Amino acid sequence: MNKRLEEVRHQYRQGNLSRRDFVKYLGVAGVAAGLVGGPFGLVRNAMAQGRIRFDGWGGTTSQAFRRYAFEPFTSATGIRVVDGEFGDMDSYLTRVIASFPPGGEFNLAHLSGVFDYARYVGLEFNTALDESKIGNLELVMEAMIEPYRRITPEALSAVPYNLGQTGIAYNTKYISEEKAEELGASLLWDDSIRGNLGSWVEWRTNIWYAALYTGQDPNNIQDINAVWDALRKQVPMVRKYWGSGAELMNLLASEEVYATVAWSGRVAHLQEQGYPIGFLAPEGCYSWQECIFVMKGTDLDVAHQLLDFMLAPEASIAVAEGQMYPPSLDPTKVELTEKIKNLPAFDPTGKLQGYLFADPHYWNERQLEWAERWDRVRAGR
Amino acid sequence: MTITHHPYYMKKINWKPWALLSPSLTAIFLLLVIPILFVIVYSFWLRAPTGAVIPAFQFGNYARFFEDLFYPSILFRTIRVSLFCVLLCLVMGYIPAYFFHRSTSRYRQALILLIMLPFWISFIIRTMSWINILGANGFLNHFLMKIGLISQPLSLLYNEAAVLMGLIQFLLPFMILNIFVSLEGIDKNLLEAARSMGCNEWQAFKEVTLPLSLPGVSAGCLLVFVLTAGTYLPPMILGGAGNEMIANLIFNRVIGTLDWPFGSAISVILLLLLGTIVWTYNRYLGINQLFKAFKGN
Repeated sequence: MNKRLEEVRHQYRQGNLSRRDFVKYLGVAGVAAGLVGGPFGLVRNAMAQGRIRFDGWGGTTSQAFRRYAFEPFTSATGIRVVDGEFGDMDSYLTRVIASFPPGGEFNLAHLSGVFDYARYVGLEFNTALDESKIGNLELVMEAMIEPYRRITPEALSAVPYNLGQTGIAYNTKYISEEKAEELGASLLWDDSIRGNLGSWVEWRTNIWYAALYTGQDPNNIQDINAVWDALRKQVPMVRKYWGSGAELMNLLASEEVYATVAWSGRVAHLQEQGYPIGFLAPEGCYSWQECIFVMKGTDLDVAHQLLDFMLAPEASIAVAEGQMYPPSLDPTKVELTEKIKNLPAFDPTGKLQGYLFADPHYWNERQLEWAERWDRVRAGR
Repeated sequence: MTITHHPYYMKKINWKPWALLSPSLTAIFLLLVIPILFVIVYSFWLRAPTGAVIPAFQFGNYARFFEDLFYPSILFRTIRVSLFCVLLCLVMGYIPAYFFHRSTSRYRQALILLIMLPFWISFIIRTMSWINILGANGFLNHFLMKIGLISQPLSLLYNEAAVLMGLIQFLLPFMILNIFVSLEGIDKNLLEAARSMGCNEWQAFKEVTLPLSLPGVSAGCLLVFVLTAGTYLPPMILGGAGNEMIANLIFNRVIGTLDWPFGSAISVILLLLLGTIVWTYNRYLGINQLFKAFKGN
């Protein structure tokens, strides 16, 4: 049924099928499909012809997207962009899986990390973009496109959009810049802040920094037991494992924690608001990049146009300033603002040399085992 | 000659109640029974390395839960916290319920309404508000430092006590209302009879009021226990490492590792545990007591 539907939808989009026949087919299919998700999905697809859905992180990021990309796009094409939000990657992926098979419910998403791209590809949610229809892709750093090409050499299913770092935020009232620089990743194990330490609840970041603390390459950990031991040592020192960016900012602003792993953009927001928070990017700092991923089943003509709008310098720069993460635009090709040049993780060369990103295959292969083990370690076992 | 098909012998079925119930039954079937069946089916499936699910029929997910003490220990913690929460709600809830019952004030209805007031505010907001009260820079620490009682902020957040505080704030009204309704149902003549037979105030309470209010107490305890066992927000927002409860574990498995089959298996185990408790309660005490709190007399 779904294969047939996809064929019919493809024929309709190619112009080989009239709208009347297409809708007629949907009606017949709806009757045949029964109760389990069928008719709801079909009606959704039928209604989706004049719109495309984009899911992002909300807040100032979505505002910038709406103002500089979605609204001009709707004015130019008449296609409405339905602006959805998510709290984190995993819960969004859960929703996407729940909507499987794809085709109408979710279209574009602001995914975090190359490993997420690999996860979506692994689940066969990817599509094949035509780069010739996304002119502004030429303005993007090649160093940011390359990791995606390695995963899907035949065709991209996403365009890189911004980059950032998960470094260490510390309160300068309690920890001097000199001390932070001197200790590096070891700051997260410093006994003087026992009980006032924070960390993200996510498994990957904790293992990454424990690898740095134990003198190992996070993308090639040789002694995982040393990592678990380091994390066991750290657990009693941690006051709170935060679960969202809002909680991270609250913990730092209220001085509940004096140091924590932190997202560079969130720290930049706190600094802008006048909080005495420093940001440390130690050697081996966890760098990541975000992309706009196009789901399987999306109308690619519309997606190409929208991606081009979003990569246009005025939109990309505005979004970057809104969310405080440098854009994927190559600084040697596009003149960026002073505000962006001063953001953490900004690379004026556009080459990203010295930036350490998570190896998607390495981390995804170990996700189930390590995430479960991390739960135990965090529980003090 | 057969007579079984004669209309006179056919049992009459009254379809009216079923017709009236059909919208509710349909909603329950579609929104509760079918999703639960999905969860049960998922619990026998497998997780692919990518996070996709593989249809299968095997008990590996259940075996995994019991194969070492890590997962059962979280279940035991959940039961322990739930029982502790029941005890605290009972102690803290009986007194105000009794006070409302005995009150002759013209503000009595308004006071009862105050019990319902927290329901008008989002549960998340109510839970988050404890951070501003108990935090290092929160109201309580600020006040204690201001009056010179402490020189350093006390660590009041991100522990089991904070979780219990959040749970009690959420669940106390359920306990109070159940006990209050039970007390209201007691025939006042019984108390007068007890007094006329020489009982003092305390004896009358101990011999008459308390025993007759026990159905309300047990209904409140059941409701608080079941709601606590399935709660997710207070441990997440107010708890620290090691304060996770079973609902948080289910969230981590389903959302964090995309392990839907194992998350479903844990959900089924929780469902069976709570179902057994409710069934036992209904078997010996009757479930109808629960509805009285929401119906009044």
